Amino acid sequence: MQENNSVGIVAAQTAHFKKPLTLKSGAVLPQFDLVYETYGTLNADKSNAVLICHALSGTHHVAGKYSADDKHPGWWDNLIGPNKALDTNKFFVIGVNNLGGCHGSTGAASNNPATGKPWGSQFPVLTVEDWVASQALLADYLGITQLAAVVGGSLGGMQALQWTITYPERVRHALVIASAPNLTAQNMAFNEVARQAIITDPEFHGGDYYAHGVVPRRGLRIARMLGHITYLSDDAMGAKFGRKLKDGIHYSFDAEFEMESYLRYQGDKFAGEFDANTYLRMTRALDYYDPAAAFDNDLSLALKDVKAQFLVVSFTSDWRFSPARSREIVKALLDNELTVSYAEVTAAHGHDAFLMPDAHYHNILRTYLNNVQV
Amino acid sequence: MTDTVQNNVNISNSILQFRQDFAIIANWVGFGSKVLDLGCGDGELLQFLRSGLEVKGYGVEKDDANWLACMQNGSNVIQMDLEDGLSGFEDQSFDTVILSQTLQAMHNTEEIVQEMLRVGREIIVTFPNFGYWRNRLQITNGRMPVSKILPYQWYDTPNVHLCTINDFDEFCKNHKITILERCVITNTKTIHFMPNLLGNLAMYRLKAA
Repeated sequence: MQENNSVGIVAAQTAHFKKPLTLKSGAVLPQFDLVYETYGTLNADKSNAVLICHALSGTHHVAGKYSADDKHPGWWDNLIGPNKALDTNKFFVIGVNNLGGCHGSTGAASNNPATGKPWGSQFPVLTVEDWVASQALLADYLGITQLAAVVGGSLGGMQALQWTITYPERVRHALVIASAPNLTAQNMAFNEVARQAIITDPEFHGGDYYAHGVVPRRGLRIARMLGHITYLSDDAMGAKFGRKLKDGIHYSFDAEFEMESYLRYQGDKFAGEFDANTYLRMTRALDYYDPAAAFDNDLSLALKDVKAQFLVVSFTSDWRFSPARSREIVKALLDNELTVSYAEVTAAHGHDAFLMPDAHYHNILRTYLNNVQV
Repeated sequence: MTDTVQNNVNISNSILQFRQDFAIIANWVGFGSKVLDLGCGDGELLQFLRSGLEVKGYGVEKDDANWLACMQNGSNVIQMDLEDGLSGFEDQSFDTVILSQTLQAMHNTEEIVQEMLRVGREIIVTFPNFGYWRNRLQITNGRMPVSKILPYQWYDTPNVHLCTINDFDEFCKNHKITILERCVITNTKTIHFMPNLLGNLAMYRLKAA
C-alpha cells in the first residue's frame, strides 16, 4: 500500500545561476547553485506547481527514495505522493535545498570562486527574503510564472508567507503551518544558545573549520539536542520516555535515562551530517524574519498587497510556534479581507506535529488542496 | 416501522424549516456584503448566502468534523472557541455577524452578543423559543421539553441558556441593543399573533444602540 502511493525513486537536480544575487544584507553572491527535486508532472499551462519550503534542518529531498532499498524516504513523504494529501497526480511538486544549505545548494562549505577555497566564515548571512528571491529564480528556471501553492512548516511557513508578500502575483495559495510572523524573545533565546554551543566549540575556528579538516561536532550536537527538546511537548516526551531507565541507576553521568540516549543519538546523528555554518545561518534567518518591522510592527499593513489565499494550521501542543502566533497571521489576513481558513489541530507532539501523519491534519491539507484549481 | 416514518417526516420538515430561516437571514444580508457566521457547522448557511448573494463569508467553528465539512463546502473557516470571544476580529469589520441557533448553547452569553456588536455593524441572532406552547405543554406535563429543534435529553443537552422571546426582548432592552427587525417562525410559517406562545424559532436583526 505504502509503495503504491509513493512518488518512487527520485533523483536530485542542480540549477546553476550565473547572475550575481544581491542579498538583503547588501552582500552579493556572484553565482550560486540550487539543488532541487520534482515530483509529478508540470501541466501544459504550468499552473499546477507547488513549492515546498523546508525548515531548519530540511532538504530538497521531500518525497520518494533514492534507491529501492533506501530506508529513509524524503522528510515529508507521508504527505506527498500519488493520491496522498498533496497529490502528485494533480500537482507538480518542487523541493529545494535553501541557499546556504548543506545538501548541495551553495553554502559556506562550497568553494568561493574568488579564492577557490570554501566560503566558511565569509559566506553571507541569509534571510527568508533572500531564500524566497532565490526560489523565484528557480521557478523562472523551470518556466513557472505562478505557483499554485507554496507550502511550508515552521521556518518553511515563514517562506510561504514571504512569497505572498514579495511576489503577490506569483502565488495563488499559501499553506502556512506551525509558523509565526516573527520569533518571540524566548524563541530567539533558544537559537542563541544553539549558536553559542557551536561558536564556542574549539573546532569551530571562527567558521573556517574546513581548512583545519575538523568539524565542531560537540557544538552542533548540543545545538541539536536543545532543538529537539523544544520541538517536542512535555507530554510527548513524557509519553515517549517518561523517567524510563535503560539499565538502572549507576550514579554516573552516562546516558542512564532513555531520554538522554535519545537526545545523544539525535545529536550525534545530526552532527555527522549537518554543517555548522548552515545551522548558524538558518537560525539567524529565523531570528531576523519580521515582515511587520518595516511597517511600524503592523503585520496587517505588511500584508496589504498580498493576493494569495491562505490555509493557516497550528498545533495545540506546539509551544515553540504556538497557536497564538498563527492566529496573529490569521488576524492580519482577515484585516486585509483575504481568503483564509485556519485550523488548530489537537496534537500531542509539539512542534514536530507538522511532520506527523495525523489523519485529521492530513485531511485538512487534502481538503484544502482539493479545492485548489490548476 | 412507525418510528422510521416519523423520522422521515421530521427530516423533510427540518429541511423546510432550515430553508425558511436561511431565506429570512438572506433577506437581512446585503448583496456582496461581508458576513461572519459564528458556529457555522458544516457551512450550509454560508454556502447558501454565497451562492445567492455573493457574500464574502467566513465561518467560525470549533468542532474538527464540522470544520472539515465546512471546508469541503468551499467556505472559509476559522477554528476557534466562541467562548473565548472574537479577539481575532477588528471592530466593525463585518457588515453582518450571524449566530444561528447557537446562543442557547453559549456559556458566555452576554460576552458573545457584545463581541458580535463590536465586530459587526449589524448582527443576526436566532434561537429556539423556549416559550413555544409545545415546550410549555411538556413542562406542564412534568417533563423537560424534547423536540426536533431541542432534540436533547436534559442530561446530554449542550443548551445551557434557553430563553423565551420575552426574555430576549428584555435582554436587548437592558443591554441597550436596538432591535431592527424580529421574525418568529414555526416550521415554514411566519407567526405574527402571540409569537412567544406560537413561535418555534426566534430571529432577530440587531445593532448597537
